[in-house]
Amino acid sequence: MSAHDVDLAIIGAGPAGMAAAATAAQLGLKTVLLDEQKGPGGQIYRSITQPAPADENILGKDYYHGRSLALALKNTSLDYRPGTSVWALDQDLTLSLSGNGQSQRIRPRRLLIATGAQERPVPFPGWTLPGVMTCGAAQILLKSSALVPTQPLILAGSGPLLLLIAAQLHRAGVAIEAILDTTPPRHYLAALKYLPGALRNLPLLAKGAGLLAELRRAGIRRITGVSELRALAGPDGTLGQVRFRQGKKAQTLSATTLLVHQGVVPNVQLSRSLNLSHDWDQLQQCWRPHTDSWGESSLPGLFVAGDGAGIAGALAAEAFGKLAALQIARQLNVISAQQRDQQSQRARRTLNQQRAIRPFLDALYSPAREFLLPADETLVCRCEEVTAGELRRLARDGCPGPNQAKAFCRAGMGPCQGRMCGLTVSQLMADERQVPNSEIGYYQIRSPIKPLRLGELADSAH
Amino acid sequence: MPGASKFERLACASNDWIQVMVEGQPVKVRPGDSAAAALLAAGQSAARTSAVSGDPRAPYCLMGICFECLLEIDGVPNVQGCMVQVADGMNIRRQQGAPVLNDSLAAGVPA
Repeated sequence: MSAHDVDLAIIGAGPAGMAAAATAAQLGLKTVLLDEQKGPGGQIYRSITQPAPADENILGKDYYHGRSLALALKNTSLDYRPGTSVWALDQDLTLSLSGNGQSQRIRPRRLLIATGAQERPVPFPGWTLPGVMTCGAAQILLKSSALVPTQPLILAGSGPLLLLIAAQLHRAGVAIEAILDTTPPRHYLAALKYLPGALRNLPLLAKGAGLLAELRRAGIRRITGVSELRALAGPDGTLGQVRFRQGKKAQTLSATTLLVHQGVVPNVQLSRSLNLSHDWDQLQQCWRPHTDSWGESSLPGLFVAGDGAGIAGALAAEAFGKLAALQIARQLNVISAQQRDQQSQRARRTLNQQRAIRPFLDALYSPAREFLLPADETLVCRCEEVTAGELRRLARDGCPGPNQAKAFCRAGMGPCQGRMCGLTVSQLMADERQVPNSEIGYYQIRSPIKPLRLGELADSAH
Repeated sequence: MPGASKFERLACASNDWIQVMVEGQPVKVRPGDSAAAALLAAGQSAARTSAVSGDPRAPYCLMGICFECLLEIDGVPNVQGCMVQVADGMNIRRQQGAPVLNDSLAAGVPA
């Protein structure tokens, strides 16, 4: 295949992908937008074209902002393909797709990865018990299905999403037994020095303060300074109790559902599969693909925009997606550098404003040590059931990094392909060997990135 | 174990319902539900058992990352339940440990 099929292929229809697609298509680029989900929105605007809850006050107006982005997709000549997953990328940017049980290859002139974020894996004893799920999962159930957890419900963790989902569930009439805030108290002091930057985004600061006030007014018990979080099984083998410590006091509460959250991290499966250059972000405690200010990665022609290039939130992702599309249009000689600069002014301003608050949020809500470097008994690789203790032992015995550990203990070799343990395995081994994370590295990610049937693979070889 | 669901349905924006089978039992679900959501709504707290220890596992992330909601959907094993939208008459079963590659599946693979 020598000819290009399209000018631009975009992977992911969240805020970055939707904004980029609308911008590129308006400029006349032959654009294909690929997305795993059945409808546009990504996770933040999940089910935005058909939100399940009747009461729009539950999810709030920031969620329904996504409607304008989804609407923009309809007004263009865009080739939007929902229900399509990308299972391999080649160095020449050729994509291998799977949709409706069929495999296909597309070669674009430019490629934009806009696959966003995933919730940071939060290993702690008992986190594999049925009844424990992420706050993001609960939000998806709310947006797509209007399903909410029954009592007794406990939320535990740290970060803005924890407060947001608590407020949304409260608005939906759900009783919350307690919010266990695991933010280490010293983080409040550490975050103070970043406050001047945060003041550049007063609307977001005000939203956070508003959520806290809403939860306080609702009388929801918020227990701060929580540590040693542990989920315990009830008689039926699913979650029964949540145990934790506040200061010197150990407490146990009954629970049917425990929602956990420790922030979000870039989804690097695709960018890692191409061996793109990645930087370790010390403040966000995660990897992100290296990009220039327009989102172009270490592989010329391949762009990464949105939270997948570093966590900055939905409005930043929308702006970043637009910037990437404008730069791609300039590279393909559809617009001049001057036109690009003119059309990018507002998006650039938004991006800078949204990014200004991140150091404050990242310092405040950085996960407590027990979630980054869990106790020995904790399962780190959920798929292959490998504990933190086993990984520490391998590191002590001379295993130099995650890829070697994989061969010894199978961590990262299960169905999730390291998505749930990759960060923890790297951090545990770096800590045990006393080397920086940047040196210990990350799993080598190989295609197929997403599972596909042998029949599909055989079809694609024809 | 089937039982009272640990999730309840709020008032919905539309009144569309379809029927699927969850572990052989008919269940009314919404067209926007994923198969994993249908499972939870039907009172099944676990989606599968671990292929390593046999311990029960349940949908954890619901966004295609964790692979804990692997289900057998319309006879096809190892499907990510959160990535499949329900369809009328869909047959959803829990995945028990590692799936066995049977003859009918193997027959589709060219030599």
